[in-house]
Amino acid sequence: MATFQFDLVGPERILYSGAVDAVQLPGSEGEMTVLPGHAPVLTTLKTGMLVITESPQHGKRVLVRGGFAEINATSLTVIAERATPLEELTPAIIDADIAAAELLYDATDDYDRKLEIEGQIAQLREAKVALSF
Amino acid sequence: MASLKDLRNRITSVKATQKITKAMQMVAAAKLRRAQMAAESARPYAERMAQVLGNLAANLTPGAETPRLLSGTGQDHTHLLVVCTAERGLCGAFNSSISRLARDHARRLMAQGKTVKIICVGKKGYDVLRREFRDQIVELIELRGVRQLGFENAEGIARNLLGRYDAGEFDIATLFYSRFRSVIAQIPTAQQIIPAEIAPTEAASGASADAVYEYEPGEGEILAALLPRNLTVQILRALLENAASEQGARMGAMDSATRNAGEMIKKQTLIYNRTRQAMITKELIEIISGAEAL
Repeated sequence: MATFQFDLVGPERILYSGAVDAVQLPGSEGEMTVLPGHAPVLTTLKTGMLVITESPQHGKRVLVRGGFAEINATSLTVIAERATPLEELTPAIIDADIAAAELLYDATDDYDRKLEIEGQIAQLREAKVALSF
Repeated sequence: MASLKDLRNRITSVKATQKITKAMQMVAAAKLRRAQMAAESARPYAERMAQVLGNLAANLTPGAETPRLLSGTGQDHTHLLVVCTAERGLCGAFNSSISRLARDHARRLMAQGKTVKIICVGKKGYDVLRREFRDQIVELIELRGVRQLGFENAEGIARNLLGRYDAGEFDIATLFYSRFRSVIAQIPTAQQIIPAEIAPTEAASGASADAVYEYEPGEGEILAALLPRNLTVQILRALLENAASEQGARMGAMDSATRNAGEMIKKQTLIYNRTRQAMITKELIEIISGAEAL
C-alpha cells in the first residue's frame, strides 16, 4: 500500500516523522482520514485523538489539543498546540485538563467560547474512556 | 605594608571567590546544554508555522478582509516594547545589551513624538529601564518561579499582549531579546511581532505554494486562528533563545571571572612570598648584627 510523509510537530519537539499509510485527524469541521494523494487542505484541529496507521494493524494514537493540519498529495504536517502520545498519557493528566477547561468555562461569558470549551471537555472525557481500554 | 596575615587572608578570600565563580560556570554550562536543546527543538515548530502562515498570506484572496494582527491598525502612534531579559544577574553584558537596544529604540521613538509603552519580561531589564522610563513601563512579568520554559508561559504573555491590542492600547509591538548564535556570541535583537511580519516563503516550499488549498473552515477563520498562535510561537522562541543566551553569557562571564581570580591569586602569592623572605632576611640581619656588636 502506498504511503506518504507524516510529520507531527509539537511546540517543544517533533513527536512523529515518517512514512505512514493513513492518519485520522480530529478536524474542526469533523473527523477526517487522510490517505496518500489527498487534495490539498488546510484545516484547524479540535481536541481529540489522532490515529496514525503506519501499516495495517500497526499504529499509534496521540491526543492533540488544537492546532493545524496542512495536507497535500505527498505529505501531511500537523502543527499541534499540545500533543501527548497515548503511552505518556494517564487518566490523571486528562483529569487535570478537564478541571482546567471547566475553570475556563466558568470564567467566560462568551457563548461561542463556552460552546467551544464544552466540546473540548467532551472530547477529553471521550479520550479518557478510550484510555481505559 | 600589609602584614603577612593580611596577605594570607586576602589570598584565602580570593580563592573562595574563585571556587564560587568556577561552580557557577559549571552550573551554567550544564544548564546551557539543556537550554540550547530546548531552543533547537522548538525551531521546527516555529519554522513550519511561519511556512504555513506565509503560504496562507501569499495566497490570500485580494480584497478580502485581513485580520488586524496582520494588517495593523493603520496607525503608528503608540509603540509597545516587550523587553525580555533574565531574572538573575552575573551574566556579563547580557541584560545590559538588551536593555541598551530597547532604550535606544525607545529614545528614538520618543524623539519622533510617538508614545512608548514598555512591558518587561524578567526583572533585570526592569531594574535598568525603570531609571529612565518609570512612566512608560506598564507591566513587569516575572518568570522567576518557572523551571522549564514551556508553551504555557509564552501563551500567557501572548494573551496579555492580545488583550491590550484588542483594547487599542498600542499600534505596533516590538520584541527585544537576545538571539543565541553560539556560546560566545549572543546578538541582541529587535523583532516586530504585531502586526506580524511574514517572510516570503515561496522559494522554500516549492510545489506546495502553487497548490490550491481548500480551507476548512474558511480562509479568514484559519488566518484569524493562526495569527495569535504565531504570536505565541514567536514569543516562545524568543524566550527559549533568551534562556540559552543567558546561560551562554553567564558561562563566559564566570569563566573570565575565574581566570581573573587565578591571576590575582598568583600576584598575591608572589607578594606574600617576597614579604615572607624579606622578613626572614631582616630577622637574620638583626641576629647577626646583634652578635657582632657583642
